[in-house]
Amino acid sequence: MQIRHVTLSGLLVGAAALAMASGSFAANETVTIAGFGGNLQKDLRATLWQPAADKAGLSIAEETHDGLAAVRVQVQSGSPTWDLVHLGSDDCAVGGKEGLFEPLDYKVINTDGFDKRGYGEHWIATNSYSVVLAWRTDVYKDKAPQSWKDLWDTEKFPGRRALSTYPQEMLEVALMADGVPKDELYPLDSKRAFRSLDKIKSKVAVWWSSGAQSSQLIKDGEVDMMAIWGSRVASVIADGAPVSYTYQDAILGYGCLAILKGAPHARAAQALVAGVVSPEIQARIPEMMPYYGPTNSLAFKVGKFSPEVLARSNMSPENIKKQVFLDANWWRDNTNLVREDYSLLMAN
Amino acid sequence: MTVMVQEVKPAIINNSLLQRSRSLQGISFIGLSLPAAMLVAAVLIIPFSWLAWLSLFDATGNLSTENYVRLLRPAYVESFLTTFKVAGLVTAICVLLGYPVAYLLSQLPQRAAQILMVFVILPFWTSVLVRTYAWLVLLQRQGIINQWLLSSGLISEPLPLVHNMTGTVIGMVHVMLPFLILPLYASMKAIDPVLLRAAANCGASPAQAFRQVFLPLSLSGLSAGIALTFVLCLGFYLTPALLGGGRVAMWSTQIADMVAKFANWGAASALSVVLLIVTGAILGGVNRFMRVSNAWGGKP
Repeated sequence: MQIRHVTLSGLLVGAAALAMASGSFAANETVTIAGFGGNLQKDLRATLWQPAADKAGLSIAEETHDGLAAVRVQVQSGSPTWDLVHLGSDDCAVGGKEGLFEPLDYKVINTDGFDKRGYGEHWIATNSYSVVLAWRTDVYKDKAPQSWKDLWDTEKFPGRRALSTYPQEMLEVALMADGVPKDELYPLDSKRAFRSLDKIKSKVAVWWSSGAQSSQLIKDGEVDMMAIWGSRVASVIADGAPVSYTYQDAILGYGCLAILKGAPHARAAQALVAGVVSPEIQARIPEMMPYYGPTNSLAFKVGKFSPEVLARSNMSPENIKKQVFLDANWWRDNTNLVREDYSLLMAN
Repeated sequence: MTVMVQEVKPAIINNSLLQRSRSLQGISFIGLSLPAAMLVAAVLIIPFSWLAWLSLFDATGNLSTENYVRLLRPAYVESFLTTFKVAGLVTAICVLLGYPVAYLLSQLPQRAAQILMVFVILPFWTSVLVRTYAWLVLLQRQGIINQWLLSSGLISEPLPLVHNMTGTVIGMVHVMLPFLILPLYASMKAIDPVLLRAAANCGASPAQAFRQVFLPLSLSGLSAGIALTFVLCLGFYLTPALLGGGRVAMWSTQIADMVAKFANWGAASALSVVLLIVTGAILGGVNRFMRVSNAWGGKP
């Protein structure tokens, strides 16, 4: 694959534009970012937050939260101590609807290279993951399944399946298996999705509930075929298990950043977000956080990657064409409606 | 003070001394139980009140009964029934397996009983997580048990032993057995062997002596064990989550999902409040009809 390199002048123009746009806050302001903590937050800081802060001439402080509830408390207090919060995409959309976030300033933040589902009025995606179809190569050999339809086809592809206990992404999978083209998924026809799931559920040996569990299932051969996070199956393959996967019709979900309503350093936070989603900084993800992908596709024009990295990365130009972006707004409005039906479906 | 005491009559001295020792006893009683009472208040009563309070608000923070009305929907009714089914099944199997073990332990000479007791207690000291994963290794499709059955020709297809109700019940019985055996053993140990000899003297066969003397006397320990096992099963999370394959929707799973996946604290609180009230009602009921408290302090 041909990689286009960006010229030095292009980079300089970009940097200059950013410097001008970020002129309205004091130098060396400290912006506080709250994330889910742990190693993930460490990696996010090293890969995205710190370089963006350096670029904008800011310092960052970190906090941790345990989800949207904590963000509500911060905003309802009237004087939040956090400026930015890193969440899952549907939480960002819910928070935006509840009025917890400041609108993002898209004069400062450039969305070139973004899918239209990758940002909203109040939030923007900063890192992506894919839910892919994976299978045991020792079971299917050269007759490998290629799509969600094959996951549903128990005659041609006998064997045990696994799906997630979380309805998000699984309804999308069920619809594509039922023949809905990937660009006509949203708004999801949840009734049709459940009818489709009814057809396969007797062959679902395990409904997995954590990433670690999902990779163990395919690694141990407990199941033969499954829907799983791309990052998880990649590590299973790296461990030498006879497993393969495809990005065909995979679902792209993402983590996102939003600015808290009434944040003390809102202007600086806008500049920081602009840096985080810029192609140059997004281009750090494939090497530094290989379990995630960038959300800005221009990252692959800016960065230089080996063919192996490109083949693996869920957002490389070749792979992204095969996939579909999750619609956070649909899940924002419908999660509560589908989750009960989904839990009943699993139990029976 | 000493001068005054010398002047009053002996009976009065005794009285005032008695009173003083009584009030001292009262103070020391309060003093001694204060740390425990404070701990209970801090880690149980206050958080529980907060939980009950939270359950009265919907997701947007308005006062409503939404969180309780929701529990009548099929998904929750189903999971409520599953919880009781699993708890009942596990308790019944524990009784069937545990009673003979406790009986054996109580009848063996002290030394042999102590050695056997180690085998009951050892798993009790091992982390539930470790034991649950061990069951996964044993029971899964490519696991040790299925491999052995396949290679010995007893089965031609691997048995579905885990990621379903079967695996969940097996794993939970293993975790729960000591909770049944220990109170049962204690109450059996307290049964005077003389009573059984007396029954034999009166012409009872060993089976009759067991049924008419031993069994009734062991019932208080048994009911304590049953109550303990059943109640612990109601709130069990880890084993069903890991061995149930997403199919065994326990009440505790619903609570965890509400918090971890859907960040709905109000709904999770309502689920917890209902579980706590049901558990309290069961304990209260069992205590009333079977006098469980005898097994903790009193004699059978």
